[in-house]
Amino acid sequence: MRVRYLLPIAVFLLMVAVFGLVLYQVSQGRNIKEVPSPLIGKAVPQFELPLLLAPQRIFSSEQLKGRVSLVNVWASWCVSCRYEHDLLVRMSRDTDIPIIGINYKDERVDALKWLRDMGDPYEASIFDYDGHLAIDWGVYGTPETFVVDQRGVIRYKHTGPITMEKLRDEIMPLVNKLRKAGDTV
Amino acid sequence: MVPEIGHFALVIALFVALVQTIMPMLGAYRGIPELMAMGKPAARVQFLFIAVAFFMLTLAFIENDFSVAYVAQNSNSALPIEYRISAVWGAHEGSLLLWVFMLASWGLAITIFSKSLPEHFLARVMSVMGFTGVGFILFILMTSNPFDRLIPAAADGRDLNPLLQDPGLIIHPPMLYMGYVGFSVAFSFAVAALLGGHLDATWARWSRPWTTVAWLFLTIGIVLGSWWAYYELGWGGWWFWDPVENASLMPWLAGTALIHSLAATEKRGAFKSWTVLLAILAFSLSLLGTFLVRSGVLVSVHAFASDPERGVFILGFLVVVIGVSLGLYAWRAPSVHGGGRFEWFSREMLLLANNVLLMAALAAVLMGTMAPIVLDALNLGKISVGPPYFDVVFVPVMLPLVILMGIGPLVSWQAGDARPLFKKLRIVLAVSLVTGIALPLIAMGKATLMVAASTTIAMWVILSSAQYLRDRIKRNVGNKGLSAGVYGMVIAHAGVGVFVIGVTLSSVFSVERDVHMRVGDTVQINNFVFRLDEVKPVRGPNYHSDMARVNITRDGEQVAVLTPEKRTYFIQTMPMTEASIDTTLLRDLYVALAEQRDADGWALRVYHRPFQAWIWSGPLLMALGGILAASDRRYRVSARHILQARRKTASASVSDGAQA
Repeated sequence: MRVRYLLPIAVFLLMVAVFGLVLYQVSQGRNIKEVPSPLIGKAVPQFELPLLLAPQRIFSSEQLKGRVSLVNVWASWCVSCRYEHDLLVRMSRDTDIPIIGINYKDERVDALKWLRDMGDPYEASIFDYDGHLAIDWGVYGTPETFVVDQRGVIRYKHTGPITMEKLRDEIMPLVNKLRKAGDTV
Repeated sequence: MVPEIGHFALVIALFVALVQTIMPMLGAYRGIPELMAMGKPAARVQFLFIAVAFFMLTLAFIENDFSVAYVAQNSNSALPIEYRISAVWGAHEGSLLLWVFMLASWGLAITIFSKSLPEHFLARVMSVMGFTGVGFILFILMTSNPFDRLIPAAADGRDLNPLLQDPGLIIHPPMLYMGYVGFSVAFSFAVAALLGGHLDATWARWSRPWTTVAWLFLTIGIVLGSWWAYYELGWGGWWFWDPVENASLMPWLAGTALIHSLAATEKRGAFKSWTVLLAILAFSLSLLGTFLVRSGVLVSVHAFASDPERGVFILGFLVVVIGVSLGLYAWRAPSVHGGGRFEWFSREMLLLANNVLLMAALAAVLMGTMAPIVLDALNLGKISVGPPYFDVVFVPVMLPLVILMGIGPLVSWQAGDARPLFKKLRIVLAVSLVTGIALPLIAMGKATLMVAASTTIAMWVILSSAQYLRDRIKRNVGNKGLSAGVYGMVIAHAGVGVFVIGVTLSSVFSVERDVHMRVGDTVQINNFVFRLDEVKPVRGPNYHSDMARVNITRDGEQVAVLTPEKRTYFIQTMPMTEASIDTTLLRDLYVALAEQRDADGWALRVYHRPFQAWIWSGPLLMALGGILAASDRRYRVSARHILQARRKTASASVSDGAQA
């Protein structure tokens, strides 16, 4: 077996090694497409919108202040939202972290039916019928999840369904850290 | 029921593919004819079940079955029927099913057109095809099942990505996949030949038509993709050196090299082990393209679903398929003896140069595509490699290739004679120079040195191809006519020239204007006056749209009325630009509606792109050349000859038996 005939397979194995490394990194949660949201570290955009469940009541951005909360953008037509919904329901039951929903470009009837059928993890759902609020938040795909701190500053953003791992390794530690920091202020 | 039938058919197809993989290989190894003969029927049955699975998914789309997660994610009840059907391959899961369907179709085609193949060889080919099928069906079933149910069912679907709601995108993926997957045939032939130890001219002859057909599908697929990007993305460009585009260009370059190297192997027995390597390479690059696009390793404007789990599976499959075949190559190729000797000035040498240049281009594209991935993986920073790099490395490699293309066919095998050739081509060269310089001057009224050089090279290819055809016809007087292969080659080479002219004149002389217009405003580009007549709302089946009417005149005479649109799809709410284009042989007039600036003012993008149609015509001529070459009589004749020869030996051995 002469060496030059081994060259192709050697080059190939080298490439495989690189791909393996990239895949390993991706599986470790590294997002190669990740573009940090420009909103992180900024105050949430000002808004006043009606609630999904009680249209006569208005929810304003001021109400996000004073505690650490999770803001989750969802819609009944959004298939990936189904993947994270159970997790959100369990979270609302098992933790004391408030979850605020932004119901994005949905029909009220469909959204209410969804919450009835699948459970309602949200302390409040903001009814963003025309999607303008989501534009201000820089939403480019549902679901998206934000962590907002006591001063109403966005500290974290995740695009796509949240997973158990994300929750355990990133969101919960961040919420706990923010809460502690808030206590000492 | 429909999705369950589809799922079930896919599972059966998996087992049939397993049978197709194991039995014929075992038969060929042990010399058991009954086992070897199982390859054909297995491939046919596998095709049948995959066709059923594919049809069932299509049916789920046609019937708006939103209890199927994949349908709910990629379709909508308001989506027109033709897009409901093309939505089948609108996303990851269905694309893979289409891929497998194509693979099974190629397998079926082999069973039909394989009469000339010896049974050992055919058995190994069917086995390799079967194994590829096993890998991809398993991939679908384990990580990307399009038949998964959504419980509870969605009331309506999420709609097909508006970018994909376009006639070009209905046929672009099938064509591209036919090409990608088609290289699996050349690959199977190569592996079978390596296994059997028969790397000879017959093997090359069998591989040639299959390779050519796969190549021409790939060519058409790439052109359609490029054409789609041109009118749908609204940027006026047609090639962006995007990683996904590169993923389709790389197998094309390898396939082009393979077509030429196969010619040398068939005719002269030259480059045998290199040709085998190219056959493996072409299909490996198709698989690599699939891996890059489907695994999320790439950052691309084509925002496809990415999933590391899927990546791991494809990578594992790549390692098995490519690793084993390259290992086999390292083991078997050294025992292959070289072909006949040839002089430095000969057809072989020019084909070798063709291969070297194509491989250099391939390496440049591969490096540009891989560099960002590699650097990022090694934490050396995020870079993006764009058109500046590719233009600088790709063009200087391709131009000499095009120059040599003009000479190649005219040089004899083994030892060419340079002097009479130069004499003959003197006139062609002179005419190329004159027409090459005159073309931009007459068509555009100006020329630079670079432009004139490019058009001269393009004319050189076209004219020397014509010269070659003339020679062949002259020599053929009284004969029954030239073979389709000769016409095929000439047309394909001329297509390259047409393409070069299109690229040169369009890239250098295109004029682009971004303008803000109110109704009644005009803008002038070259001699064309564009006037915005009105913008009115229009309602489509699943979108609403603002449609502009732009009247174009030249010297007061009306040339065209274009109606570019700005669409907003109801479900995905993505604003889509529908450019409107008036095409003639000599220029495209292109208007895209950007956005509304104020009450009656709009931003428009207006282009005059000379010779744009030549960019598509060139590759289509290449594909046409491929069709002619693949239909050459001698592939069929040789099949018949071998069959007759075999019948003769068969009857001879029977009579031998009788005597004994």
